[in-house]
Amino acid sequence: MSLLKYILRIADSSLILAQRTSGWCSKGPTLEEDIALSNIALDLFGQANGFLEYASKIDGTKTADQLAFNRNEREFFNLQITEQKNGNFADTIVRQFLFSTYNFLFYTALANSTDETLSALANKSLKEVKYHLQHSKSWMLRLGDGTEESRNKMQIALQYFWQFTGELFEMDEIDMKMSKSGIGVENSLLKLHWDTMVNEVIEKATLKRPKDEYMQTGSKKGLHTEYLGHLLSEMQYLPRAYPNAKW
Amino acid sequence: MQNGKIKYIWELLNTVPDPEIPAISVVELGVIREVKFIEDSYVISITPTYSGCPAVKAFQDDIKSCLIDNGINNFELKIVYSPAWTTDWMTQETKDKLMNYGISPPSDTVICPQCKSDSTSLISQFGSTACKSLYKCIECLEPFEHFKCI
Repeated sequence: MSLLKYILRIADSSLILAQRTSGWCSKGPTLEEDIALSNIALDLFGQANGFLEYASKIDGTKTADQLAFNRNEREFFNLQITEQKNGNFADTIVRQFLFSTYNFLFYTALANSTDETLSALANKSLKEVKYHLQHSKSWMLRLGDGTEESRNKMQIALQYFWQFTGELFEMDEIDMKMSKSGIGVENSLLKLHWDTMVNEVIEKATLKRPKDEYMQTGSKKGLHTEYLGHLLSEMQYLPRAYPNAKW
Repeated sequence: MQNGKIKYIWELLNTVPDPEIPAISVVELGVIREVKFIEDSYVISITPTYSGCPAVKAFQDDIKSCLIDNGINNFELKIVYSPAWTTDWMTQETKDKLMNYGISPPSDTVICPQCKSDSTSLISQFGSTACKSLYKCIECLEPFEHFKCI
């Protein structure tokens, strides 16, 4: 049960961010960016699929598709940062950068998991996440250290998304149990490294790091911001309306 | 007997082209990891290039029809994630095929497939498929795709 929930948390963060990011498809600011964001979304869908297949095997009753399409909002455990709206391009880049930095560190650690499947999926995902990180980092620098308008938009985005970064390093009983047994990652230990990586880019981008003040929490218990429900209603519409549809 | 058949299956698989880059086969791409005879059937282990690559589903279907068309029905396809797919598995011969096809093969120095210049610059890390990035040649000014190293 703990393992299942642990896998779902990883899968859900990828799935929800994938669904969000795919919203840029055909709406990117340039053709190259349209392709880049759509590719990132595709990678994240693929990663989610790998973890959901594993969750389905552990669960034993539901398929990966059923896990994606038949769960309600409170049964999703994605980090709240992943469900936030795309906003403008600066918002999307800041969200991606903060999350990709975390994801990079998380998968690097999970690659050492004693669970063979998790370790294999982490190794696989890590290769892709490195590209996501490079991409968002280069935009952080260009837009942060860009025009007055681009810097302002980046700073506003950073200010908004910062409240969702506390959750990245939270640990509840499940995380504790999983990391103790060598299956999971000790997230709290990632914080120091994350700070160093993020601070370096923020500084280079001539942006200001927001203070660690009020932090949002709740996704580990299935509590979400108002945006997840709307996202799910769109993502799940077709298989809910036509349960036997094949694609 | 089975060893001969396994060799035959490898030969058949080598005729299945990559759906997005038909110049090379799925074997040359390195996604077929193993063909083994277990109990009554041939288990073909496949590893995805990129987690979300839509071609994975396409080449599974192509592999199935190729084997069935050649009278092999007792097989199953198994997806394996470890070791993760890497472009290091590509042989020089495969890389040459890509170059001739117009895609700059994975390497540290990105070479223009048109004029073979190594004076090139990155346009975007992401290209028309998950495995490629977009470059342009500074010498001949042609844009081209580069197979990413992963």
